[in-house]
Amino acid sequence: MIGLENWALAGPEIFLVVVAMGLLMFGAFRGERSVEAISWISALALMICVALVVKGNSGTGYNGLFVVNPFNAAMKVLALIGSAVAIVMSRGFMSREGVWRFEYPIVILLATVGMMVMLSAADLMTLYVGLELQSLALYIIAAFQRDNLRSTEAGLKYFVLGAVASCLILYGASLVYGFAGTTSHAGLARVLAEGPPSAGAVIGLVFILSGLAFKVSAVPFHMWTPDVYEGAPTPVTALFAVAPKIAALGLLVAVVMGPFRPLLDQSRQILIAVAVASMAWGAFAAIRQDNIKRLMAYSSIGNMGYVLLGLAAGTEEGIRSVVVYMTIYLVMNLGTFACILAMRRDGIMAETIQDLSGLSRNHPRMALAMLFFMFSMAGIPPLAGFFGKLNVFIAAIDAGLYWPSALGVAASVVAAFYYLRIVKVMYLDPPVRPFDAPMEGVLSGVTFVAAVFVFPFFLVFQSPFLATAQAAAHALFMR
Amino acid sequence: MDLAVKLIVFLPLLAAFVAGFFGRAIGDRGAQVVTTGALLVAAALSWFVFFKVGFGGAGGTARLATWIVSGTFDVAWALRIDTLTAVMLIVVTTVSSMVHLYAVGYMADDKSVPRFMAYLSLFTFAMLMLVTADNLVQMFFGWEGVGLASYLLIGFWYDRPSANAAAIKAFVVNRVGDFGFALGIFALYLLTGSVQFDAIFKAAPELAKITFPLLGCAVPALTACCLLLFIGAMGKSAQLGLHTWLPDAMEGPTPVSALIHAATMVTAGVFMVARCSPLFEYSQVALDVVTVVGASTAIFAATVGLTQYDIKRVIAYSTCSQLGYMFFALGVSAYPAGMFHLMTHAFFKALLFLGAGSVIHAMHHEQDMRHMGGLKDKIPQTYWLMWIGTLALAGIGIPGIGGFAGFHSKDVILESAYAAHTAVGGYAFWLGIVAAFLTAFYSCRLMFLTFHGKPHDKHHYDHAHESPPSMLIPLYVLAAGAIVAGFLGEAWFVGHHEKEFWRASILILPDHHALHGAHDVPTWVKWSPLVVAVAGIGLAWWFYVKSSFGLPKMMVDAFPAVHRFFFKKWYFDELYDLMFVRPSFWLGRQLWKKGDIGIIDGVGPNGLAAGSQRLAGVLGRTQSGYLYHYAFAMLIGVALLVTWYMLSRGR
Repeated sequence: MIGLENWALAGPEIFLVVVAMGLLMFGAFRGERSVEAISWISALALMICVALVVKGNSGTGYNGLFVVNPFNAAMKVLALIGSAVAIVMSRGFMSREGVWRFEYPIVILLATVGMMVMLSAADLMTLYVGLELQSLALYIIAAFQRDNLRSTEAGLKYFVLGAVASCLILYGASLVYGFAGTTSHAGLARVLAEGPPSAGAVIGLVFILSGLAFKVSAVPFHMWTPDVYEGAPTPVTALFAVAPKIAALGLLVAVVMGPFRPLLDQSRQILIAVAVASMAWGAFAAIRQDNIKRLMAYSSIGNMGYVLLGLAAGTEEGIRSVVVYMTIYLVMNLGTFACILAMRRDGIMAETIQDLSGLSRNHPRMALAMLFFMFSMAGIPPLAGFFGKLNVFIAAIDAGLYWPSALGVAASVVAAFYYLRIVKVMYLDPPVRPFDAPMEGVLSGVTFVAAVFVFPFFLVFQSPFLATAQAAAHALFMR
Repeated sequence: MDLAVKLIVFLPLLAAFVAGFFGRAIGDRGAQVVTTGALLVAAALSWFVFFKVGFGGAGGTARLATWIVSGTFDVAWALRIDTLTAVMLIVVTTVSSMVHLYAVGYMADDKSVPRFMAYLSLFTFAMLMLVTADNLVQMFFGWEGVGLASYLLIGFWYDRPSANAAAIKAFVVNRVGDFGFALGIFALYLLTGSVQFDAIFKAAPELAKITFPLLGCAVPALTACCLLLFIGAMGKSAQLGLHTWLPDAMEGPTPVSALIHAATMVTAGVFMVARCSPLFEYSQVALDVVTVVGASTAIFAATVGLTQYDIKRVIAYSTCSQLGYMFFALGVSAYPAGMFHLMTHAFFKALLFLGAGSVIHAMHHEQDMRHMGGLKDKIPQTYWLMWIGTLALAGIGIPGIGGFAGFHSKDVILESAYAAHTAVGGYAFWLGIVAAFLTAFYSCRLMFLTFHGKPHDKHHYDHAHESPPSMLIPLYVLAAGAIVAGFLGEAWFVGHHEKEFWRASILILPDHHALHGAHDVPTWVKWSPLVVAVAGIGLAWWFYVKSSFGLPKMMVDAFPAVHRFFFKKWYFDELYDLMFVRPSFWLGRQLWKKGDIGIIDGVGPNGLAAGSQRLAGVLGRTQSGYLYHYAFAMLIGVALLVTWYMLSRGR
């Protein structure tokens, strides 16, 4: 039975697609009433998928189009968790806004399938197909609140700019194919290793990297991020902040360390430039932001800078630091967005930093959790975020990237300003009217778990994470 | 013996600790009892040690602990006990215990009695550490300790701006002197490899022969060291040039003025030079400098004292002047004479200060003599006790028979200066004679203005009252000292038993015979101090009691320039203000406003912050919201990266 192993290899993706199709039928026949059930089933399916990914074997299938290895498995797990949590966090917001439709979880499921496919891509074709599946689904949910002007604007912007980025990737892929004669990752790696890189292939690589940089919102391809983060419904923003970022970053790592490994010196230069620019932009541009969603957009731009620095190191240690960083990033963002989703007065979302004034007196536990997240993002020991940054810097220093590391540290000092400002507003400013109480159960649950993870869980139990990340990173270096 | 000295030194520290840290627990009375009791015990032990050492020939060094060991640098905590130390011990502990007792009454109404008592005891400890030091570093420890205590006590009433200013002034001016002292210690360590007195003194004859190059000149090593040490002494002992802090230090409570700024701390410089006599003896230049500075200070301070109206300031200038006497005695190698005057002066000057304190107490903290007058009937005990101090200060006594304490010590100083038969000795002698005349005049002027004549402030006068016993007892004790100290001490300090009394604690080279010559000076030299003193008293009486037509005012009107010059203290403060204070403030302000705020803050924290804000604004503006701007930025980005690639590929 030729091909069965292929099926097994892509099992999680196939499972997810089947569930999505089934739920679509279910929803179509049951109507809007089914949304509760569908959302929970989707989340459950995503968690089952996590189990499938964890249990699944490594290997290459579909004639070299599809690959599973510990690295992309790890990234898939992170993306799946991000999607699942985003779905369950959406309920309150979306139903209050009247857009709690059964298509919503299903679209997220399909986007997640796209992420998994692109993470598993072993060919530029698979890469593009996965990427487009993910992107198209995300364009839809960005504009999901379609009678809201800002939401539709965000969706449209994301769509148009995403199309530009897709064009860049496609154009780059065609250039690479034209000069290398193959689209297979393995083939590319072989061809590019043969001689000095041809200008065409290098330019193709630049285009592909640029397109992927758009997806991770790295400078100078980040411009969409603040507008889309602000405009999109907040739970969608929470999703954007985690799952697609993780998937795109995993893809970027896979591309740089896989087919284009022979051009590592060239890609490193781009990565460093982009990383430093992102760190600096994320730090400086956020200083004047009042809207907390925009602030988180800049925060993610900055965070991507640090991750790219780890990637730029190009060593096993560097990749490990990327995996660890993304894990922590996922948790911190989910926790922070859970808090943001709870910022609600009389059913209206409060989105400015001033709305957090005196939070410590009205909602001490929420303020404490937020304090943990902000300190963690600012990279203050002994919170998790510190170790994320520490690993990245150690890897970068070991790879000889002194200047970029120094600039990264400087940028993190500047970035600390706006994280700490939130803490200052919460703890030192006079209280304003309290938020609606009680906090939704899901949100407080996510906040609590995330806060405990940030401190002290990660501090105490970091070795399994490091070991997994080590194994994941090691997979990319096996030949 | 060792135990007694240790107790003497550390009892005050213990008392200061108890009163300072547990003052609230034990209360005002407890703090007074603890500190005064500790000091009285220390004083009794000091007299015991003094007799054992001075007349019994005991002495030695009690090593307490190792302090610093670093390479060849070895400093120990050790108590050096010889006659010089023993003399200082009795002076310090006696005056200090009397002042402690006096402070019980004087400070009774103050809000923070325990703090005051603790400071006083802390000061006493530091002073004892200074006088028992076995090495220069330990002495410096005590030196700085008394400086600290002096600072704290001058600024004791810290809610008065003038007291704070005076405290800072005292500290800063002393810092100049201390800088010289510290340099002297460094130089001696550099040259001899030790800071221990015996080792340094042993090396002194060799040091006298060597020079070191400085700015192209060959500087005699020993002279340089001695002069540096003397700069330290000048600061602490308020000698001309570094004296400006002493009058201002009168802002402190009067017991402080009596203890620190009359009897003990200000004499630390005299003690230090005497202690280092084995060094100074080998440097004629240094001795001459000491003589000239001392004699100049004596006359300078006396002239200023003529014109001041604040009762404490007059006594402060008198202190300054008397310290000048001590220094020129040291300068002509009559160290015993200097130390003798130190001892007698401690008694009568403390008496005068405490008496003045009693007057101030009676007048409800009025210090201006123009508002006093006629007080002799109101506070008769204080009046008579202060006369004893005044006569002792003026040096009244009959040559060959005896007199007040100041008479014995001042006469031997002047005779030594004359007997030195040198130019600087002559300078010192004649200035000393003139200063003696002025001293008698201004001290009697003080008495007449305060106690005689008509009361100028009816209100204060009516409420004036005699002081309580706790304040009068110390006055009686000190008055006894002011009467008999000179008479009893002369033979041992400067007379026939001088050699067996001082033994090895003071070195005088055989060819420096001023002290011995003092006994054989012509009769007119012996009588002249008495003559000028009596003349001064008589003139003061004529000016302020006899003449009813405003003779002092006529004098002032007749010589306005001279009066203003004296009254303005020879314009030292104004000059320093112009030369040092204002340039320092200017420099400080420049460094602060332009250097720190402008450059460091401006470019550093604030500049970076402002820059970040600006950058944030610029970056924020790029976020225009227009789709085509964003797409354009992406394409520019790609173009830039491709270009960079193509360019870097060429390399």
